Amino acid sequence: MTDPTSLTLAEARDALRGKKLSARELTDAHLGAMEAARPLNAYVLETPDQARAMADQADVRLRAGEARALDGIPLGIKDLFCTQDVRATAGSRILENFVPTYESTVTANLWRDGAVMLGKLNNDEFAMGSSNETSYFGSVVSPWRRVGSDTKLVPGGSSGGSAAAVAAHLCLGATATDTGGSIRQPAAFTGTVGVKPTYGRCSRWGVVAFASSLDQAGPIARTVRDSAILLRSMAGHDPKDTTSVDIAVPDYEAAIGKSVKGMKIGIPKEYRVPGMSDEIEKLWEQGKQWLKEAGAELVEVSLPHTKYALPAYYIVAPAEASSNLARYDGVRYGLRVNGRDITEMYEKTRREGFGEEVRRRIMIGTYVLSAGYYDAYYVRAQKVRTLIKQDFETCFANGVHAMLTPATPSAAFGIGEKGGADPVEMYLNDVFTVTVNMAGLPGIAVPGAVDVQGLPLGLQLIGRPFDEESLFSLGQVIEDAAGRFTPTKWW
Amino acid sequence: MNAPARPDKLIRGATGDWEIVIGLEIHAQVTSQAKLFSGAATAFGGEPNSHVSLVDAAMPGMLPVINAECVRQAVLTGLGLNAQIHLRSVFDRKNYFYPDLPQGYQISQYKSPVVGEGEVIVDLPDGESITVGIERLHLEQDAGKSVHDQHPTLSYVDLNRSGVALMEIVSKPDLRSSEQAKAFVTKLRSILRYLGTCDGDMEKGSLRADVNVSVRRPGEPLGTRCEIKNVNSIRFIGQAIEHEARRQVDIIEDGGTIVQETRLFDPNKGETRAMRSKEEAHDYRYFPDPDLLPLELTPDYVEDLRGQLPELPDDKKARFVRELGLSVYDADVLVAERANAAFFEAVLVKQDGSPRDAKAAANWVINELTGRLNKEGRDIAASPVSAAQLGTLLDLIGEGTISGKIAKDLFEILWSEGGDPRELVEARGLKQVTDVGAIEKVIAEIVAANPDKAAQAKEKPAMIGWFVGQVMKASGGKANPQAVNDLLKRKLGIAD
Repeated sequence: MTDPTSLTLAEARDALRGKKLSARELTDAHLGAMEAARPLNAYVLETPDQARAMADQADVRLRAGEARALDGIPLGIKDLFCTQDVRATAGSRILENFVPTYESTVTANLWRDGAVMLGKLNNDEFAMGSSNETSYFGSVVSPWRRVGSDTKLVPGGSSGGSAAAVAAHLCLGATATDTGGSIRQPAAFTGTVGVKPTYGRCSRWGVVAFASSLDQAGPIARTVRDSAILLRSMAGHDPKDTTSVDIAVPDYEAAIGKSVKGMKIGIPKEYRVPGMSDEIEKLWEQGKQWLKEAGAELVEVSLPHTKYALPAYYIVAPAEASSNLARYDGVRYGLRVNGRDITEMYEKTRREGFGEEVRRRIMIGTYVLSAGYYDAYYVRAQKVRTLIKQDFETCFANGVHAMLTPATPSAAFGIGEKGGADPVEMYLNDVFTVTVNMAGLPGIAVPGAVDVQGLPLGLQLIGRPFDEESLFSLGQVIEDAAGRFTPTKWW
Repeated sequence: MNAPARPDKLIRGATGDWEIVIGLEIHAQVTSQAKLFSGAATAFGGEPNSHVSLVDAAMPGMLPVINAECVRQAVLTGLGLNAQIHLRSVFDRKNYFYPDLPQGYQISQYKSPVVGEGEVIVDLPDGESITVGIERLHLEQDAGKSVHDQHPTLSYVDLNRSGVALMEIVSKPDLRSSEQAKAFVTKLRSILRYLGTCDGDMEKGSLRADVNVSVRRPGEPLGTRCEIKNVNSIRFIGQAIEHEARRQVDIIEDGGTIVQETRLFDPNKGETRAMRSKEEAHDYRYFPDPDLLPLELTPDYVEDLRGQLPELPDDKKARFVRELGLSVYDADVLVAERANAAFFEAVLVKQDGSPRDAKAAANWVINELTGRLNKEGRDIAASPVSAAQLGTLLDLIGEGTISGKIAKDLFEILWSEGGDPRELVEARGLKQVTDVGAIEKVIAEIVAANPDKAAQAKEKPAMIGWFVGQVMKASGGKANPQAVNDLLKRKLGIAD
């Protein structure tokens, strides 16, 4: 019998329903793969007992022919999601021993549909990072290596654990979150598919907040179809999150294989940035070709405020973060480092509890919200945000169905290679992805090629609000043309 | 408001007169079952930390959801203050660290409050009325409570209040004396209680005031103000203003300047003291709460609530004077508390729906009933004498069945024993004697026994009072006083 971890999520689902495989076998195979892959540091917590118990329950339903949408499908959960009675750290020392008494809506939706939790996945501390190097629990090592090199590469971030685990077959799919590119950039770095849904599509309830107006949960999976299957279960209106939207969740899987003929695809000229490698340029051209061959119509469009997106993002996101992270004060839960008085307790707790990047963003956020600076920074950044949104709205109003862009300006880099001296070098990773969060739109990263070093590169599709379906249809076209990308196992 | 200063409102300093300028920020706890953004209960009391949801404790990933009932109460209050209702308002975060503030920020409304400008008419004890402007009303969360005296080195935190909905009602700096400020708070409290949007219980902290005080020479621009935080009784508000104004005048007259600062009122010493200065003031870094969408109301929603407004004290008072012929004073007393007014109105209506005499009803409610309730420290809701009983008592007087004096005795019986007033009058023989023959018989006996006095009474008609007293005494108080009076006059030969 083939190794169950080699199956896609859709294949595993069919095998389970066809009783060719039990949920327990599927889960055990993944637990074994996780154990063997510990050097990747993708999981910060393995939950084998819980996984087997959930798999056994799924098997009961599968045997009874009462299979739910995800019955028996083993998943990894980004450690930003609160999971009842299972530690949730957000990759931070300040929550090192935090065990929630509640389950996030998104994960609760997955368990409702029968999915199995394998464990909690590493991520940048409070989702602040683009390489998974800011995690208190250490860097995640990408399962990908450059040809002929054993340099450890980053899997991207902040959902680095999710991307690495999916790419290395340590789960059939994973939850992730995306505030400025944290789903799509690691997906592009690891040859996986990452979906950042429209803002409001998935509930934020029970997900540790980074920047509330930008955060959105979504899946990372090995195929476009798998990501569509996962999103359908994750999404939905939640009365506990007033920013979640009460719009019916379609059967995304039905969009797979749907013709894209006649769809108008915008190619934003501003996404041709200085210093972009020839290989990225080539991939983008290739992507256009694939969509054209599938019958889509390509049009050059302009998103004139794109160049302001990254600076504006690095004002809005830290501003919200500085306030969202104020609750980690050592008073009620999490790390407490005592001091002479309450002020010193706060200072010591937060200095020791938060890593450098988190502290940096709290300082930036506090600064831009301060009296005298608020109008110059926060208010202007919000205005820029409105303009970015209007750029997209204008294109969509002119009949554009979706946009095609590169997902990242480069392939994955080595651990420790970037951002050591200048954090902005790291922030530039998000240049193609932040606009989507700023505008609240859906985006998908689909692998398109490997570069000369043998590393995967991704394309990004950006859709109209709540039209994730078009992204799945278009993404499938790219996947069909480009094929799938799997790293060679070295661990 | 920049009306010319009123001489009688000025305070005297060593170098001349000073005008006090006062503005108030009232924090009124919204009457609702649940907190502003969480489903947790708002009940007063309870074990510490027994009414705390995951949202109130600011657990990771928790999100606020606006409680529609609290919004409704705020809009009703705005309408009751004749204020503009903003169809779109925004919740902001006010950021600061404190152990009883779990989120590290308070959700409040900063730039776009739900209610804008309005006004309150305040009647002062001297009969004068002033109009006090309302600047705004906004919704915000209350903080928890820090307890510092339970442990030598640690403080405890009780989050039961954390997240409870407050309305902050900000007045314009239109008040010029402690009397005016006290009357304003009293009136505002009365309106809130009429609306049912805040119970106004200052002892439980349901109503607190931040008092802004400055002084100036009459006609000059506003002086530097100090804010006295969290004053929790109307009497203390008056004391705090008096002390603070005097303190400021003394400083300025000694050549000093007022430093803008936050102060606390110490009720034991009757004085204010500095809490923190402007330099130490927090930078609250207000910004719109990204977890909450702007609050959008429809005109229909507001109009629907306007239709649900109860009759408020000003209208009720005007109606009592206009339609019932009550004196302004009586009307004022009756409308101050909604429950009293309701009791009075219940007394007014007979079982068959016809009205009773309003002045008599007002007298009995104000003097006998309220007097007695106050003496025993009881609320009108807990009155042993019901409106129906008091009404019947009034009927018995009106019908001439009992005298006013007997009515007071009957009231005592009703108060302590209860029962049906008519049955009591029958059973206890309290009926007034109007039988002319019986009264004449008593009069004849008394006149016969006191010939000197009878003779004197002819010269000095006021002497009749003594005879009335004797007759009433002899009849056990049951003789109809009017009949006694008339018959005596005839008997003694006194002209009408």
